[in-house]
Amino acid sequence: MANYYQPEIETASPEQIRAWQDERLVAQVKHVWDNVPYYRAKMEEKGVTPDDIKSCADLHKLPFLTKDDLREAYPYGLMGKPLSECVRIQSTSGTTGKRVVAFYTQKDIDLWEDCCARAIMAVGGTKDDVCHVSYGYGLFTGGPGLNGGSHKVGCLTLPMSSGNTDRQLQFMCDLGSTIICCTPSYAEYLAESIEERGLKDQIKLKAGIFGAEAWSENMRHDIEEKLGIKAYDIYGLTEISGPGVSFECEDQTGMHINEDHFIAEIINPETGEVLPEGEKGELVFSCITKEAFPLLRYRTKDICVLTREKCSCGRTFVKMSKPMGRSDDMLIVKGVNVFPSQIEQVLLEQGYPANYQIVVDRVNHSDTLEVMVEMTPENFSDNLGQITEMEKSLVAALKAMLGIYAKVKLVAPKTIARSEGKAVRIIDKRKI
Amino acid sequence: MKINQISVFLENRTGQLAEITHLLADNGVDMRAISIAETADYGILRLLVDDTERAEGILRENGNILTLTPVTIVGVPDEPAALSKLLSVLADNGVDIVYMYSLFTHPGGKAYMVFRVADKDKLSDVLDANGISKATKEEIGLK
Repeated sequence: MANYYQPEIETASPEQIRAWQDERLVAQVKHVWDNVPYYRAKMEEKGVTPDDIKSCADLHKLPFLTKDDLREAYPYGLMGKPLSECVRIQSTSGTTGKRVVAFYTQKDIDLWEDCCARAIMAVGGTKDDVCHVSYGYGLFTGGPGLNGGSHKVGCLTLPMSSGNTDRQLQFMCDLGSTIICCTPSYAEYLAESIEERGLKDQIKLKAGIFGAEAWSENMRHDIEEKLGIKAYDIYGLTEISGPGVSFECEDQTGMHINEDHFIAEIINPETGEVLPEGEKGELVFSCITKEAFPLLRYRTKDICVLTREKCSCGRTFVKMSKPMGRSDDMLIVKGVNVFPSQIEQVLLEQGYPANYQIVVDRVNHSDTLEVMVEMTPENFSDNLGQITEMEKSLVAALKAMLGIYAKVKLVAPKTIARSEGKAVRIIDKRKI
Repeated sequence: MKINQISVFLENRTGQLAEITHLLADNGVDMRAISIAETADYGILRLLVDDTERAEGILRENGNILTLTPVTIVGVPDEPAALSKLLSVLADNGVDIVYMYSLFTHPGGKAYMVFRVADKDKLSDVLDANGISKATKEEIGLK
């Protein structure tokens, strides 16, 4: 018994979807050529003009965009509409401290929220549901996106934001939340807190929409069992809009990409060559309906597989697997993007050597981030107070850069493991 | 007549202290005082040894991070209230003590206190004004 937000789109024939994509891509390339000088220059450099793009078959002719481009063009260089037409900014962290800022017109927000509404209805959401959104609200896209989607479905929306588990549980019990949206690790934490407090029989949850970090089938089963719900995945990134770029349906075998808005390709991350559907590679998105931030061929760095099989839910959109890894060194910690280069920059600014190690773990269902730094003669003092002060200011600088707490661990010189002269920078101990 | 303490960075790891004391023992360095300040993750080992220069060289050669810190040492009679009296003088005169520990040898039957203070000159003036003498290197067996 499938539940669609926009059935005529979500179950359209593959030919119809392709026709929309062809038409919208051609128009979008013109829009970008006329309004985004940064991308026009890239096209000119490749010797491509809008006349060369007649359908999706020509997509491969267009140049790629990467996070480096976003940094170079920061903040306004990739905008397709004047600021006066924009109504919203969302943001995420970038590679070397510069944040990624994405702009939205009212139409962009509308379409993004449609995508989130599809995701909520795909898990069985209706206007009779109480949708409890525990993603962070603010610059992070998680809260605002699902909040908007929940409104569109007509759910009673609980804009909880993240944190304050006592209040989350109180509202969940008192107001009868039926759908929970949060990170999978927070869902695990909530499940455990519910068990500890013996609240299980007061919980009315039936489904959860979990994203913004990696999770496994094991975690899915664990959450489903502990919370007595069905657990669904959702995928997105700020550059492309936010959560809802793709979403899971009742079949729970991958996430349907909203192909009427985004064209997905899989490429070989080394060569940039487009790979046939079904092969594993880097996911690339082209936004064909966005106005304010119309990225074309944006490399997500997420490694995954696309499959276009008939889905039991009746949706015809292509499905992507859970990301299986990254083609860069980005880490996702507590749902936040963390680049080792950001940590390196802070260390250098604070007078520490760039020899460090990042240890990520998951303790009590919450990610932990530890930065091991080697002590130097310059930073050492016989006075413990002085060292702890320095440590505190390093922790504060890391928090300012990353947006999350990182524990600093000072270690003796030459203790950070090196392999073949190259330091091992990241140790991810999370078992997910 | 400066007396230097050697301060060594210690990682919180089983056996780290033994490594350092072995190193000093193998090289015939004799310790006069030892003190450790620690947090959950690391510590600072503070040492007074008979031959500071030699110990410093050995420790550095073996990759330790250390610093030399001038300290002031005062001998007090080994009897009840002696330390209390000394500390009262310092307190009354506003001497800010960063940390303090004692020698484990008792030359001349006295207890010797090692002081690291915020203002070394002030401590010196206060001791002089109150007729309290500072220990010399010879007195406590330092080279």
